[in-house]
Amino acid sequence: MTALTHLDVLEAEAVYVLRETAAWFKHPALLFSGGKDSLCMVALALRAFRPGRLPFPFLHIDTGHNFPETLEFRDRLVAAIGEELLVRRVQETIDAGRARDEMGPKASRNVQQTITLLDTVRELGLDALIGGGRRDEEKARAKERIFSLRRDSGGWNPHQQQPEFWLQLNGVLRPGEHMRVFPLSNWTELDVWQYIGREKLDIPALYRAHRRRCLRTRAGILLAESPYLAVEEGETVEELSVRFRTVGDMTCSAAMESRAVFVEEIIREIEAARTSERGLRMDDRRSEAAMEDRKTEGYF
Amino acid sequence: MDLLRFATAGNVDDGKSTLIGRLLHDCRALPDDQLESLRRESQRRGEEGLNLAFATDGLRAERAQNITIDVAYRFFSTARRRFILADCPGHLGYLANMVTGLSTATLAVILVDVRHGLVEQTRRHCFLASLFRIPHLVLCVNKMDLVAFAEGAFAEVRDQFEAFSEKVAIHDVTVIPISAKLGDNVVQRSAAMRWYQGPSLLRHLEEVHIASDINQVDCRLPVQISLGPRTWAGRLASGHVRVGDEVMCLPGGARAVVAGLTVACREVAEARAPLSVAVQLDRDVEVRRGDMLVRVHNRPDLRCDVDAMVCWFGAEPLVAGRTLRLLHGTSQTRAAVGRLDYRLDMQTLARQTDPPALFPNDIGRIELQSDQPLCLDRYQDNRATGSFVLVDEASNRTVAACLVR
Repeated sequence: MTALTHLDVLEAEAVYVLRETAAWFKHPALLFSGGKDSLCMVALALRAFRPGRLPFPFLHIDTGHNFPETLEFRDRLVAAIGEELLVRRVQETIDAGRARDEMGPKASRNVQQTITLLDTVRELGLDALIGGGRRDEEKARAKERIFSLRRDSGGWNPHQQQPEFWLQLNGVLRPGEHMRVFPLSNWTELDVWQYIGREKLDIPALYRAHRRRCLRTRAGILLAESPYLAVEEGETVEELSVRFRTVGDMTCSAAMESRAVFVEEIIREIEAARTSERGLRMDDRRSEAAMEDRKTEGYF
Repeated sequence: MDLLRFATAGNVDDGKSTLIGRLLHDCRALPDDQLESLRRESQRRGEEGLNLAFATDGLRAERAQNITIDVAYRFFSTARRRFILADCPGHLGYLANMVTGLSTATLAVILVDVRHGLVEQTRRHCFLASLFRIPHLVLCVNKMDLVAFAEGAFAEVRDQFEAFSEKVAIHDVTVIPISAKLGDNVVQRSAAMRWYQGPSLLRHLEEVHIASDINQVDCRLPVQISLGPRTWAGRLASGHVRVGDEVMCLPGGARAVVAGLTVACREVAEARAPLSVAVQLDRDVEVRRGDMLVRVHNRPDLRCDVDAMVCWFGAEPLVAGRTLRLLHGTSQTRAAVGRLDYRLDMQTLARQTDPPALFPNDIGRIELQSDQPLCLDRYQDNRATGSFVLVDEASNRTVAACLVR
């Protein structure tokens, strides 16, 4: 037998976690954003449960600030595999008076997203949310469990986490609690891309180099020109060949200048990169503990 | 490329964080933006240059108190191998984190300060590594720069350690003199310690033989879920399975032949641990989640009375008569604590027999009686099927890691 590669081992672990999720919980949902991690999650879910149907729907918390390409990709993927997609909109949370938009030129809906997410957990009676979060992304996420318990408020308490020994997952819940499940915990950005390459997965066009009008902030960050961003003094708009390393909202996902179109080129570019992927996220650049603080509020 | 999972442990001041920072830095696993925030953090604390120790502290409280509270996972790779590092807090109060890191590791790196040699904490860490059957142990003798890189100082610690390590069951031990602060023997061989002939830490991590660390002999497939008629999914805990194999389903004992096998939807003739598989059986037999598929002539013990080492993390003392939920692979049952055989004094590693209770962060040997029979191997034979956890029935929290004797 040939030696197992790290991708074989990581795939086996993620498939195991997804199947445990199906066994432990009555109403799980797989959070789907249209980014590379969530499309990997979809591929892994198919590999865990086909030829049967998936034991959970996909759930997209739509901030209203998505790239149109992300939504197209989402709909195309869901149609191709014939599974259920639920969409809940941050705009509706705002319209219902349960959240308020940030003000100012670089306002984002990152915080508001958490309110919609937790409302949806209550509305649908969800007891597990599966996400594509990875420990290598960010230093607070490096402390996450694979089965990560959320109390009634939905917040993460990093100091009260139960230990996880071996790969023995404990999914026992009390009323009002739900679980966050992270099958990609031990994957890195590079693993995700290598897996996309190995499995020949379809990816949104945003990840490939393309011509785009971008706004260059005073800090030198490139953001896609969009109706959600006002150009401030000292900022310029220019058309460049760019691609996105992470795909979140148009307001917070920075573009990078690139000519990488094929997955192999993207992999080479990431191998040589001297910045981390979250370094290109405005939402994480707000403070040293930005991610920890948002997770404590219930963010993914 | 294969994957090595390893854990690091050390005293608060042994330079563990600095070592990890150095390893990540020299493997180019610290990107510029993280380096920049390290630089800011170092400056804010009035330190000169770059203090690599801040690279691992992820939580606000950890940075504020300058300690590691929780296990942090770090990821890096070289041309040869992918690494997952579980950075464990060294102090006793955080034993649960140490056990978390060790439970999935195949190698442990333990740090000592060359000026202090083996301290109690080092002995405890080595003991834990041996209890958890970590196949490979590396002792890094750190701060060699503070003893002018003298061979004699290193040899003294190495000899102490070798005398001690005869008492613990770890077969592959490597001792390396390093300076985490300056980088000597971490990634590059040290020019200041020409007397040392062995590999640098990273070279050793890249080369240590790990392919035979997982049990490839005893086929154990804990059943997770059904994927359709006669089709059962699970992750091979150990051993391998082939199309055409006759398997037995425990605890029921029904037999069937493997008619089809898939790994992530790919049809295969053979699969081995730790792959996740789906097995199609040739006939209708009763199989449920929690059952275990094994070979007819190679079976685990089917038993309700369990003799185990327990690492206890419950909020209150563990006493005889207590009932808990027991999770073993995919099976669940209730279990009652029988006799408490002994408690290990973690300061001296001496045994206290017939203790009245085990206190939080205690390790001891106990007897348990389970409601349902369990498919158990001895931990020393099989780390996957020889381990289980206990869950508090009121709080639902995992409160113990257990190893089958």
